[in-house]
Amino acid sequence: MSDVATAPVVRVENLCLSLNTGEPVVEDVSFSVGAGEILGLVGESGSGKTTTALALLGYTRTGVNVRSGVIEVGGQSIIGRDAKSLRSVRGKVVSYVPQDPGGALNPSMRVGDSIMDVLRAHRTATASDESVQAALSRVELGTDARFGERYPHQLSGGQQQRVTIAMACVCEPPVAVLDEPTTGLDVLTQDRILTELARLRDEDGMAMVYVSHDLAVVAKMADRIVVMYAGRVVENGPAADVIERPKHPYTRALVAAIPDFRHPRALQGIPGVSVGVGEWPAGCAFAPRCEHQEDRCCGGVPALEQATDAHAVRCVRWEELTLGEPRPEGARVAAVATTDDALLEVSGLHVQYRHGSRAAVDDVSFSIPQGRCVALVGESGSGKTTVGRCIAGLHEPTSGRIVFDGQELAGSARRRSLDQRRRIQIVFQNPFESLNPRHRVSSSIERPLRVLRRLSRGDADREVGELLDRVRLPRRVAERFPIELSGGERQRVAIARALAAKPDLLVCDEVTSALDVSVQAAVLELLSELQRDLRLSMLFITHNLGVVACIGDSVLVMDQGTLRESGPCAQVLAAPVDDYTRRLLSAAPRLPDAAVS
Amino acid sequence: MTGRLRFARTFSGALGLTIVFVVVFVALLGNYFAPHDPTAPVGVPLAGPSGGAWLGTDVLGRDVFSRLLYGGRSVIGLALVATLLAYVIGLTIGLIAGYTRSKADPILMRTVDVMLAFPPLLFLLVLITGAGTGTAVLVIGVAAIQAPGISRIVRTATLEISVRGYVEAAVARGERSIAVVVREVLPNILAPVLVDAGLRFTYSILIIASVNFLGLGLQPPNSDWALMISENRQYINLNVWAVLAPAAMIALLTIGINLTGDAIARSLGRSYVPKATQTVPTA
Repeated sequence: MSDVATAPVVRVENLCLSLNTGEPVVEDVSFSVGAGEILGLVGESGSGKTTTALALLGYTRTGVNVRSGVIEVGGQSIIGRDAKSLRSVRGKVVSYVPQDPGGALNPSMRVGDSIMDVLRAHRTATASDESVQAALSRVELGTDARFGERYPHQLSGGQQQRVTIAMACVCEPPVAVLDEPTTGLDVLTQDRILTELARLRDEDGMAMVYVSHDLAVVAKMADRIVVMYAGRVVENGPAADVIERPKHPYTRALVAAIPDFRHPRALQGIPGVSVGVGEWPAGCAFAPRCEHQEDRCCGGVPALEQATDAHAVRCVRWEELTLGEPRPEGARVAAVATTDDALLEVSGLHVQYRHGSRAAVDDVSFSIPQGRCVALVGESGSGKTTVGRCIAGLHEPTSGRIVFDGQELAGSARRRSLDQRRRIQIVFQNPFESLNPRHRVSSSIERPLRVLRRLSRGDADREVGELLDRVRLPRRVAERFPIELSGGERQRVAIARALAAKPDLLVCDEVTSALDVSVQAAVLELLSELQRDLRLSMLFITHNLGVVACIGDSVLVMDQGTLRESGPCAQVLAAPVDDYTRRLLSAAPRLPDAAVS
Repeated sequence: MTGRLRFARTFSGALGLTIVFVVVFVALLGNYFAPHDPTAPVGVPLAGPSGGAWLGTDVLGRDVFSRLLYGGRSVIGLALVATLLAYVIGLTIGLIAGYTRSKADPILMRTVDVMLAFPPLLFLLVLITGAGTGTAVLVIGVAAIQAPGISRIVRTATLEISVRGYVEAAVARGERSIAVVVREVLPNILAPVLVDAGLRFTYSILIIASVNFLGLGLQPPNSDWALMISENRQYINLNVWAVLAPAAMIALLTIGINLTGDAIARSLGRSYVPKATQTVPTA
């Protein structure tokens, strides 16, 4: 925890950033971080959290400028420096750990040389192989004396992220900025990285600014949390206070959106989408999405008021709202009127890639009962996606049977009957790649109607509108192109495209993993509702155990191609039998019990 | 303006399109406005601009302006046909290799590699030596030089696109390969292809000009922009317009085509067209 007596190592006061055109991007942001303190900077995409964090390094994206304010890092002012003097600060006074280590490491440089580069820039005297080795040892990559000779592509994602952390720490800067450092990583790897970061903080007293959209991760790491919305700080306080007793409706909504496997509850998404730059409303920016909105919320931007000495909130109604009260324990409504007849039966599924040494999927058998949702959990490389692709007919299994509604399915979609193809639909992970960027939304949704249901153009047109209603998108979205939609909106369109076929089985492959937690909650809510209303059966592939608890009736745990454990969700999540499942569960980040129960 | 011509609303799109129209107009209909016979001498060779000859005369005393109005058709026509033909071949090979990822891929690509290893001009000269001079030979030769490079670009772009969710969704719907390629793949590789096409067209003009210069393509006294440059370039200090005017026409056309291509590439997949400087919003 921060030592009040020492001066803060990061001091940001009234920071304002705006576009060249004058629209504000970040407005009046103030916070400070003490030595050895971890500050969590939280918000949805577009909240300005990354822009603020990068400003600490003196970096602004092209077209964005610092309008006013003070940034002091390690006692040095950052604003107004030229490129050369900024270079002397970066890495030495404040360093940066990126979101995507694979993209951040130079693929043509050995990782040891990458670390050496940082040393040469700031500490010529100690730039030696020993220092590099010492830096690698600090992130637990030191056991192999020749590790520094490897190239980034020879490392796993977790190892790559450790290397970038070693680069950030090698000159022992007082402050590190971490931009979603574990977002692309598996649960177990994420857990190890977080433990490592906590250790570095404890050993070196390094202060950290930890940027993330995931409150569960931040809750685990941060001493203080700053919540941002539409470029402004809406809440700033001690981590435990902010998460367990949120004062701002937005923070409250973010907490309510996080799925938790210990306390399965009906999630509440935040209605609407977060406002973009240039669309900020006159009053409180969150007012249009806030359930506690009143007329005076729209009058003017509320001031950031001190609720207690350490806890500030930007909401005109914070005193009258009691947001901490426990929510109704919303154990999810079980699907109604289901039979236990298996709709899909997979037996002895075996997939061997042409050049792979071990099987991607090894003797996997399970069934999906009519109207139920089966969650398939595993880390990347566990083979879970391959199973989904086999069911959708995108990958031919090496051996094994997939029986759908009493009939054995052919390996490739092309050899399945039209009706079989129609009844099994798949929704993909990446919302930015799942829609054809050259087709309008209407045309993407219309295609399965025309191809799989043989509707006429007029009938298809009418149904596109109904499908958009179903996934709660305004009908005018039909005329848009995917690039004009947010990630959550695109994923809804992808779901509408799958529903267009009137499927019986929906395969959802990590459909929420690229989305903000608030959007994830809304998409999960939608899928649960669709499953109930349309009596869909679902195979829900994910790595997030909280999501499993929210949507699954039963769960399958996969590791390295084999099925480790299966059973009803409540049972597996509460009392796992398999050792691997136990490790997954203990590594999964989650909110403190006080925040959810 | 909506639909396919939205790109013309942007400054660069409108400018590019205007330039292309003007140059093509000159090339197609210019001969009706020519003040003199393009092949008859009208004065002293290599005289500067005057009232009778606005851009002066060339090495044989012919009117540069009239030759300019006559000389666009062959350049544009041959280069256009050659580039189109190259694209028909290159797109087909690239799409087959990139989309099917079957045994055809290595076979096609190694053949392409062999073709790429040939010095282009030497290839064309050997072809002309064997098959004789003529516009058909020239067009086929230029297309054969360009096609391998095109197929490589198309294959790489296709490989990247064909693993996207929307392509897989179409495959899972059981759509025929040709439908998947035309609906899902082709529109998404169009942006790099259009930019490439602008460059290829320019390169085709250059090759044709080189061949003409070597005396193996179009023969004098034909008026042709490329031929005009090669005939007069030695005397550029006497009448600069005899070289500069045809060169400017080729340059203008190139710029126009590339501006238009870029504007179309930017307009794809949007219901509005962003300006060139505007950054694309992410997420």
